[in-house]
Amino acid sequence: MMDNESAGLDPGRDFPLATHRSELIQTPTGKRLEELTLDAVLKGDVTAEDLRITPRTLRLQAEIADAVRRPQLAENMRRAAELTTVPDERILEIYNALRPRASTKQQLLEIADELEDRYGATANAALVREAAEVYERRSCLAGAAQ
Amino acid sequence: MATVSDVKTTRRSRRTEILEARPVNRDGFVEEWPEVGLIAMESPHDPKPSIRVEDGTIVEMDGKERAEFDFIDQFIADHAIDVVAAERAMSMSSGEIARMIVDPSVSRDEVVAVARGLTPEKLLTVLETMNVVEMMMGMQKMRARRTPSNQAHSTSVRDNPLQVAVDAAEAAVRGFDELETTIGVVRYAPLVALGLQVGGQTGRGGVLTQCALEEATELRLGMRGLTGYAETISVYGTERVFMDGDDTPWSKAFLASAYASRGIKMRFTSGTGSEVQMGNAEGKSMLYLEVRCVMVTKGAGVQGLQNGSISCIGVPGAVPSGIRAVLAENLAASLMDLECASGNDQTFSHSDTRRTARLLMQFLPGTDFICSGYSSVPNYDNMFAGSNVDAEDYDDWNVLQRDLKVDGGLKHLSDDEILATRNKAARALQAVFAHFGFPEITDEEVEAVTYGHGSEDLPRRAVVEDLKAAQEMEERGITGVDVVKALEAGGFGDVAENYLSVLRQRVAGDLLQTSAIIGKDGKTLSAVNDPNDYAGPATGYRPSDGRWQEMKRLRSAMSRAVGEGDVAAARGAERTLKLTEIGPAERGTRVDEVVLALSPAFGLTFSRTIVDVPHADLVRELLAGIEEEGVAARVIRVRDSSDLAIIAHTGAKLSGSGISVGIQSRGTTMIHQRDLAQLSNLELFPQSPLLDLETFRRIGRNAARYAKGDAPEPVPVRNDFMARPRFQARAAVLHIKETESVEPGKPPVELEVAIG
Repeated sequence: MMDNESAGLDPGRDFPLATHRSELIQTPTGKRLEELTLDAVLKGDVTAEDLRITPRTLRLQAEIADAVRRPQLAENMRRAAELTTVPDERILEIYNALRPRASTKQQLLEIADELEDRYGATANAALVREAAEVYERRSCLAGAAQ
Repeated sequence: MATVSDVKTTRRSRRTEILEARPVNRDGFVEEWPEVGLIAMESPHDPKPSIRVEDGTIVEMDGKERAEFDFIDQFIADHAIDVVAAERAMSMSSGEIARMIVDPSVSRDEVVAVARGLTPEKLLTVLETMNVVEMMMGMQKMRARRTPSNQAHSTSVRDNPLQVAVDAAEAAVRGFDELETTIGVVRYAPLVALGLQVGGQTGRGGVLTQCALEEATELRLGMRGLTGYAETISVYGTERVFMDGDDTPWSKAFLASAYASRGIKMRFTSGTGSEVQMGNAEGKSMLYLEVRCVMVTKGAGVQGLQNGSISCIGVPGAVPSGIRAVLAENLAASLMDLECASGNDQTFSHSDTRRTARLLMQFLPGTDFICSGYSSVPNYDNMFAGSNVDAEDYDDWNVLQRDLKVDGGLKHLSDDEILATRNKAARALQAVFAHFGFPEITDEEVEAVTYGHGSEDLPRRAVVEDLKAAQEMEERGITGVDVVKALEAGGFGDVAENYLSVLRQRVAGDLLQTSAIIGKDGKTLSAVNDPNDYAGPATGYRPSDGRWQEMKRLRSAMSRAVGEGDVAAARGAERTLKLTEIGPAERGTRVDEVVLALSPAFGLTFSRTIVDVPHADLVRELLAGIEEEGVAARVIRVRDSSDLAIIAHTGAKLSGSGISVGIQSRGTTMIHQRDLAQLSNLELFPQSPLLDLETFRRIGRNAARYAKGDAPEPVPVRNDFMARPRFQARAAVLHIKETESVEPGKPPVELEVAIG
């Protein structure tokens, strides 16, 4: 199955995924849920890097959210799927750049390009570009008059 | 003639003085001032609902053209409102939509399908048609998760991580599914978050924890696995205040995705009154602005919202219909299909009556989290400015659950359970600190915190040393996995396992769905697999039999075994009462006698009254009182009835003077006279808890004086209406046992009395 294909999930039957569809879930390091044992942690076989969610799992959860008619929640999960590979520190920087009067329009557009080109984060890029437009109209860009 | 307004005096009525001293009058109240937004709802300055859609884009909303939209309008128009649903939804009347919300035969899904097409002002007008009972009906159905839940605060006024850990553990065992902390000194955060997590997982594996901090710092702790979810992601209802909070809907939406990208549950926070508190309400009502917050949350794709005024509760609390507005904002969140953590989380009123009334709005219908949260520490230790309900209110809460059969998510714990939990959590954190080389948690501290109530009961920690340890946690980048290892190394493998189970949840992402908690069985429970299916009586959430048994348990509930073995338990130093049957009770011939008529179990099953007055002393005083008046006494037992009137009247009919004193085991006493109707009496002393030995002596004296033909002044009795709530149920249980001793058809017997 490709990342973006539907897994044909049925919320009534398949949720929670950890219980009913654990075969669909892996860590970014390719481990299965059952392998994430205390024993493995103590041996050093499982580290903090293993205890992260993958883009694919987030898209499965988005599929569930869509199926229970929560499209905005599903969209958030798809944006999240794009951000899984963005490092923690960069995520915090982008968040800070999106704060009011923190960035110029050009800086925001560059962030959007970076998200798109470097991480394939097209939905996030669109959100940042949308913000750049609104911030300009509503005087929320850096240097705008208070 | 003077009219009322002409009466001008410097002297005030005693009534007014008493009212002014009542706790409720220490609360602050203000008159409405709609022009600045100091109005809860129904403001003349709120817009009129409208919508115009062109090519799938909203070009006019609530009377404003798109070009005039502020960033909140635009975000809502472009992300929150379903333009396809809007056409039908906006054409319905507000009253029609409100009736759908209340009507149990209209499903939650049908209501949500309409609500997603509403503009903020339209949703506001729907809420404005509803009274609080209708809103509660609506909340009962619209809450996203079928099973209601509860969240606790665990904080320390000294930021003591040990105290936070121990109260978190106790709270988890009491039933809270989420635990929140915050700190006074921000640099303490990692250490306090660690305490909360270790304590929480000691109490119950799967409890979710969070530490309320500035947004970026909070995310950092979450990414490292030290917290389990996030909540204090604030949104506001006017553009200016949103910017004063250093955010926009777009920065917050990005933050939401950031959390989800790490598999971490989160919700936004908002509440009525924040905009007017921050001085920029743009002349709109508090509820209108809050509805905008709810819709920003929806548009950002966040699964839930903490609202219900929260830290601004004093503002809606001060204006008319403000507490109704607080319930309305909770309902708005549920109508938008969001998880709602519904407030009741800050000190609200000096008046117990008022804070309870405010609580019932969410407690009765049930919400996803009734409190967000309940203070698991004393009010003085709560760093969120106290809570509407604190650790001191645990028993009140449990009694409310039991009185109303309403599941508020908590249960009673015995002192043994509390001590075992607290001690284990303290030792677990002690072991983790030792493992990391942090400042020692001493055995003395463990002992103090196990038995203590609040920070005042604890030894002070060396704050500077603790802060160094907190900084070291940051520098070493200590993660949740490191803490799991430390717990295992310290001999707390079960707690380590619990913690790991929470970290493992991130990989599967099930907690990202709406209203998700980890249930007591370790499985995720959310609006997906536990959707609210309320459709009227006998549907929706009802406590299971097992849960109801748990809810029935109280600290002080008396069992039916009460009184049994009472005689054997009588203390050695006490007087003893020996009652020997010496034959059938005959009609007396002396005109100067009083008959004491005892109930069937008196001095047998029971040896003391309801307030532990020994029966031996009681009889001794009665006899002494009679003797003082120079009258003789005879003692009989009535065996075929436990009814006081029958007992006393039976005695009176056997009395040579026609006067008797009837006494029940619990102490209720009556002076009766032969010629009176059975249900009448000379004097009745119905409130057994108030009868002391002095009163019994005076009763004896009066009975003797009636026997002599006097007309004594009745024995004065105290009146205490609190005796009823305190003793009425106990009196009923005692009476049932008295009645079990009744021997139908058996005539009264004469007794020989020996008091040793």
